[in-house]
Amino acid sequence: MVPLSYYLVLSAILFGCGVAGFLIKRNIITIFLSIELMLNGVNLSFVAFAAQLKSLDGHIFVFFVMVVAAAEAAVGLAIIISVFRTRETLNVDRVNLLKL
Amino acid sequence: MLPLVLFFIFAALCVGGAINLLVQKHPINSALSLIVVMGSLALIYLLLGAEFVAAVQVIVYAGAVMVLFVFVIMLLNAGVEERTEHASRVATVLGVPGLIIGLSIAVWVVSHLAGLDRIAIGGPTVMNGSDVFGNPQAIGRLLFRDFLLPFEVTSLLILIAIMGAVVLARREE
Repeated sequence: MVPLSYYLVLSAILFGCGVAGFLIKRNIITIFLSIELMLNGVNLSFVAFAAQLKSLDGHIFVFFVMVVAAAEAAVGLAIIISVFRTRETLNVDRVNLLKL
Repeated sequence: MLPLVLFFIFAALCVGGAINLLVQKHPINSALSLIVVMGSLALIYLLLGAEFVAAVQVIVYAGAVMVLFVFVIMLLNAGVEERTEHASRVATVLGVPGLIIGLSIAVWVVSHLAGLDRIAIGGPTVMNGSDVFGNPQAIGRLLFRDFLLPFEVTSLLILIAIMGAVVLARREE
């Protein structure tokens, strides 16, 4: 049997890696991947607490987080394609104007 | 004993994949290491008795979402990431491990103070005489009875996301 805090520490490490990637990466797709990593870290703590509390509500939360992440990935990647079409770059430092 | 060993194996895979995501320069390598993270997280969910969540993790996350990412990376022909000139090396070399280690130590201390490290969980938990904890039957009953309205709102969200993606990615005449 695994102590609950191990799961929470693993979740914190994944979330920290996501935050670090979001801050240091300059490619817009990698930044988006880091957001997915943060969502996965949060999902792990939801499932761990659901197992501790013997309640299925945490699993339902994870289900909704996954649905929202899928919708976010579809819209976000469409935005990335649109930005690449007008700017010809994926570097976020070069995408610093709202107008062309 | 076996759940602990399995947990450490999959946790090491998870952390290794997450660090590889940070280290790699090419987006396709980052995307593939994120698939490793998601696959080993699905196995950790199985250790926690969450069968349905593990299956959805593999099918939706490691399957559909990551295929979309890899498809876009290849469509846009994204090359090696360019570095910013004025980026601080010290922040990257010291700040990133400091952030990750500091956050995990903070979580460890808080969960120790809350007494959570004495609670051992894992393995299929039998609950109310029903089958395995977190099987699709129990999830479905909860989802279509107690959480019916959020579920329907979710379908509306998906519809809006589909239309938004089509409108945004369409080539303008």
